[in-house]
Amino acid sequence: MSDVFLTLLLTLDATLRVSAPLVLAAMAGLFAERSGVVDIGLEGKMLASAFAAASVAAVVGSPWAGLGVAIIVSCGFAMLHGFATITHRGDQIVSGVAINILVGGLTIILGLAWFHQGGLTPALNNESRFLSITLPYAQQLAFIPVLGPIYKELISGHNILVYLAFGVVPMVWWVVFRTRFGLRLRAVGENPKAVDTAGLSVIKLRYKALLVGGVLCGIAGAYISTAHNAQFTRDMTAGQGYIALAALIFGKWRPLTVMLACLLFGFLDALAVRLQGVVIPGIGEIPVQFIEAAPYLLTVILLAGFIGRAIPPKASGKAYLKER
Amino acid sequence: MNLIMTDTFAIELTDIDKRFGAVHANNKVCLQVKRGNIHGIVGENGAGKSTLMSILYGFYQADAGQIDVLGETYTFTDSHQAIAAGIGMVHQHFMLVENFTVLENVILGCEGGALLADGLAAARKELTRLGDEYGLKVDLDTTIDQLSVGLQQRVEILKALYKGAKILILDEPTGVLTPQETEELFRIFNALKQQGVTIMLITHKLREIMSITDQVSVMRAGQMVAHRDTQDTSREELAELMVGRKVLLQVDKKPANIRAPLMKVKRLTVADSQGINRLKDVSFELRAGEVLGVAGVSGNGQTELLEALSGITPMTSGSIEVLGFEMDAKNPLTPDRLRELGLAHVPEDRHRMGLIVDFSASESALLGYHTDPKVNSGIWLSNSKVEANCQALMTAFDVRPADPQLKSANFSGGNQQKLILAREMERNPDVLLIGQPTRGVDIGAIEFIHQRIIDMRDAGKAVLLVSVELDEIMSVSDRIIVLCDGEISGRINTADADERTLGMMMANALDPIDPLQTMDDQQAFSKQESNQVSSQVASQENKL
Amino acid sequence: MNRDTRITWINRLLLPLLNILTAFAATAVVFWLIDVNPIEAAQVLIYGAFGYKEGIGYTIYYTTNFIFTGLAVAVAFHAGLFNIGGEGQAYVGGLGAGLVILFLDPTLGAWVFIPASIIGALLFGGLWALIPAYLQAYRGSHIVITTIMFNFLAASLMVYLMVHVLREVGQMTPQSELFPTNAWMPFVHDVAAGFGYSIEASPLNLSVLLALLCAILVWFFLWQTRWGYAIRATGKNGTAAVYGGIKPKRIIIVAMCISGALAGLVSVNELVGYQHRLIMDFHLGYGFGGIAVALMGRNHPVGIIVAALLFGTLYQGGAELAFEMSGISRDIVVVMQGLVILFCGALEYMYRPWLIRSLAPVNKQEVLVGAAA
Repeated sequence: MSDVFLTLLLTLDATLRVSAPLVLAAMAGLFAERSGVVDIGLEGKMLASAFAAASVAAVVGSPWAGLGVAIIVSCGFAMLHGFATITHRGDQIVSGVAINILVGGLTIILGLAWFHQGGLTPALNNESRFLSITLPYAQQLAFIPVLGPIYKELISGHNILVYLAFGVVPMVWWVVFRTRFGLRLRAVGENPKAVDTAGLSVIKLRYKALLVGGVLCGIAGAYISTAHNAQFTRDMTAGQGYIALAALIFGKWRPLTVMLACLLFGFLDALAVRLQGVVIPGIGEIPVQFIEAAPYLLTVILLAGFIGRAIPPKASGKAYLKER
Repeated sequence: MNLIMTDTFAIELTDIDKRFGAVHANNKVCLQVKRGNIHGIVGENGAGKSTLMSILYGFYQADAGQIDVLGETYTFTDSHQAIAAGIGMVHQHFMLVENFTVLENVILGCEGGALLADGLAAARKELTRLGDEYGLKVDLDTTIDQLSVGLQQRVEILKALYKGAKILILDEPTGVLTPQETEELFRIFNALKQQGVTIMLITHKLREIMSITDQVSVMRAGQMVAHRDTQDTSREELAELMVGRKVLLQVDKKPANIRAPLMKVKRLTVADSQGINRLKDVSFELRAGEVLGVAGVSGNGQTELLEALSGITPMTSGSIEVLGFEMDAKNPLTPDRLRELGLAHVPEDRHRMGLIVDFSASESALLGYHTDPKVNSGIWLSNSKVEANCQALMTAFDVRPADPQLKSANFSGGNQQKLILAREMERNPDVLLIGQPTRGVDIGAIEFIHQRIIDMRDAGKAVLLVSVELDEIMSVSDRIIVLCDGEISGRINTADADERTLGMMMANALDPIDPLQTMDDQQAFSKQESNQVSSQVASQENKL
Repeated sequence: MNRDTRITWINRLLLPLLNILTAFAATAVVFWLIDVNPIEAAQVLIYGAFGYKEGIGYTIYYTTNFIFTGLAVAVAFHAGLFNIGGEGQAYVGGLGAGLVILFLDPTLGAWVFIPASIIGALLFGGLWALIPAYLQAYRGSHIVITTIMFNFLAASLMVYLMVHVLREVGQMTPQSELFPTNAWMPFVHDVAAGFGYSIEASPLNLSVLLALLCAILVWFFLWQTRWGYAIRATGKNGTAAVYGGIKPKRIIIVAMCISGALAGLVSVNELVGYQHRLIMDFHLGYGFGGIAVALMGRNHPVGIIVAALLFGTLYQGGAELAFEMSGISRDIVVVMQGLVILFCGALEYMYRPWLIRSLAPVNKQEVLVGAAA
């Protein structure tokens, strides 16, 4: 029995690690879409910041420097998205796709030119990474039944960005629902005209929202290359930006439910790894691909309105134009 | 607050001028509004009322002119400054965030600090006070989508008052209200007036102007044409001023030879996406050999009528019998099917619906008829035939330049309209629906278009003409129905009609009439001619 | 020239040209960032693509893929839809082509195999687009999101099938058994040899003719048939289309199925024409590349062929560049695709206010005349 318990703990532990970047990226998307800007470029911003973080960490030797530059790079792309879609009222989807594709190529080209390792960045040593933190007394308390192992295996032993990711969620909730900025953010995504007639600038609000999203995406990217892994590899975000987008829809644009959706998708991912090649009595081997596809499938089913309805912020996807 | 100073003006607008591209929306407009008064501004849609108010509210900037509020001169570059100067506005379409609570909506833009908690508490207190003072009660914690339209409007008023409005502008506030809600609103107006608030009421409903305002100003075609003290004027005078007198265009017209009805509309009701009825229980008959004019101030259901009759907008209830075929909410006929049956439609708005501005003229001249075997051979849509067809239409209706390959957007309004009319008329339809046929069209073309409509009538076709131009209605139609608030507010033979009567009908200032009354009058007539209808139908079927 | 004509010229010619030039300039900046002389790089690139016969073959071979996906994106664009799912549709299209070939009797002739595999690719690619189209038309799910999701679903499905179902017996690599030679789309060099011409061997196969045929058919369909008319009318002005008796739901379904089917044809070039077996990830990048091709080619088949040739050139020349110069790879093509989508798509109208202000300023006189007319 304890074997099963430990396996479960380890799977949940992996779930947290896999979910952390999803949570950060989904929160970034939440800010953008709550303000009325669809952000398909989450994937690209994450990838760009993963590359930036790994490069800077490798050269400077500090993960924090990497994180800082990652955030700057991610915000730069967020502003590009804003320039195209808010200032020039370009198509939000096209702009997001452009960023994703541009980054996909640029990271390899720059990596190759700077490091000559086939597009990879140099492997990071421990000093230039975010390492696991063992919480106080994790070893000593491990003997306590149930709670001890939970504390030691599940709660303790993550790097600081994992704690940050999950700490960000209540903060996002607080900002969105308890502050002036949050009120205006929600309003501008629902009815920008109401915001405009209240004497507020729709454009400034949307830029601000994208900037906050840029910061969060930057952290997500840095996590992937300097915490979860120890170097940048080609397309290493592997669709996590899109999964985050799916989680955002699945969680109906609310911070806590979006986090739960990220955890669910992360759990499916962790489960897929664990079930690889495992034969379950009576069922046989479950193809990993089925579990991997589940987040996408669930999102499609949700979007089709077969399980509840996902209603996005009313003004999302539309550029704001004061019409006659 | 109670200090009412009538010696100064709350608002003084001097020579306000505003253009949108080629449209001169406000032409040297002057206006003075006395403090603590209720001042009405009337005019037809498109007269420039809303633009003027948006300028006063800082939402648009005037090209020229001066704005004085409570004795001080301002140049507003955004709404924030207008709000600070003491102006509050209740827009025709409410500016509310639907999934926010009343309280959240009210404080948006003046939250009183970076955190909401304090601001919300303070606002709750202030709103309770305002609610008591003016009788503006509303549950502060309900979300907007749970509130009736009347209560939503109350929230808009509260929003303005909370932001310290001394002058309240309301744009068509009663358009969406029930009579009871309207009465309640007027009670609130009086309470506000007692407290020294100045109210500007923009409307086209003359009954309301007469019952609530102290002064009234009339706008027409971007200009301010008259100012009156309400007690010194009458609905009749205002109606005349609003509509204006125009040169009556002469149309050569033989007496109509009216025959069997080709379209019978029974209790047609159409609701919009919000569930508000835009057309209510509209019944009429459209007969062969007549032009039936639909008059009314625009926005009173004309668009919905045309779109429901042509199968574009689904109807909510009622039925339409057209050329012997029946359609109702459950069994709609699609626009393409109606077109096959012999119904043609010239839409009101040529850019939104009538043509595709990015298409060439020949492609726009094909809209609605792209499946016609005349231009299709098998799978091939013959561009040379499409262009020849367009060329023929252009010649018949004198469209200039007569170049089928020119982009539709590059024709003048009048030529675009002639192209659409040609497309719809040259197929020789039995029923023709026409909306605003001469909007933005030069004088020469107007005469030509009117003559073509009369020709259709004389050829025994049934024509429904929707127009906001009374002149046009009176010179072209044989009978007239008037729409007001989605209902038929008057029916009259053109021979018996004059502008004053129509104006009164448009403002629904006459006694209400039974919507089915005229139907009954026509019953005997229809029976008598019913065999003629069936022969019409038979010929239709042969055509298909 | 009056103002209207000038504005037409700005929109039609000047703006697209400036946008493409901006994308090129931005690419040059990237070259400069990585210390490569852009002009030198361009020379290597062009030599790689056209300097020798084998290179030309490769260039046209890659161009073929971009024509298919560019047309796919364009057809959807004309209906006002953004098909971002070309990747998945191309991939599943490969499954269709592969299944047809693997399940047919290997002794059948090429005249059965080749049309059948094309039909398989069309059907499966179209089907993969039909589901998102249906969900958009009848359930209101946003087609962009569903097609993205379907890209990932396609990837999962294909991995599963390749690993568990279609893998060649006794092989570790997830790829199907070799197609029977009857099912191979003939190589251009083989065909030329049959006519007595000797051409360097390259992956270029007759699929390129299929691509050109598709370009002509798409042109014919969109501009010479009533269905194409209906699609374009819907994309330009949905309200006017409804007025014209066109049914928007049907248009969504038809346009997306055609779009998906065209994307599916990438597999005919890649698998039936060159790899001769079902492999993994043969489609990567072409679906997204199609977006750049369509935007740059202004959604017109001729423009698409030109743009596809440009990207094919970059693709093949990029390989040469990677070979000749250290520190660069053909991913520069992907960068350029991104920049083209950015400047020809998202920032399409960036220069317009400026151009109109400087080349076609509003003339008060003209406005007054216009108002009177």
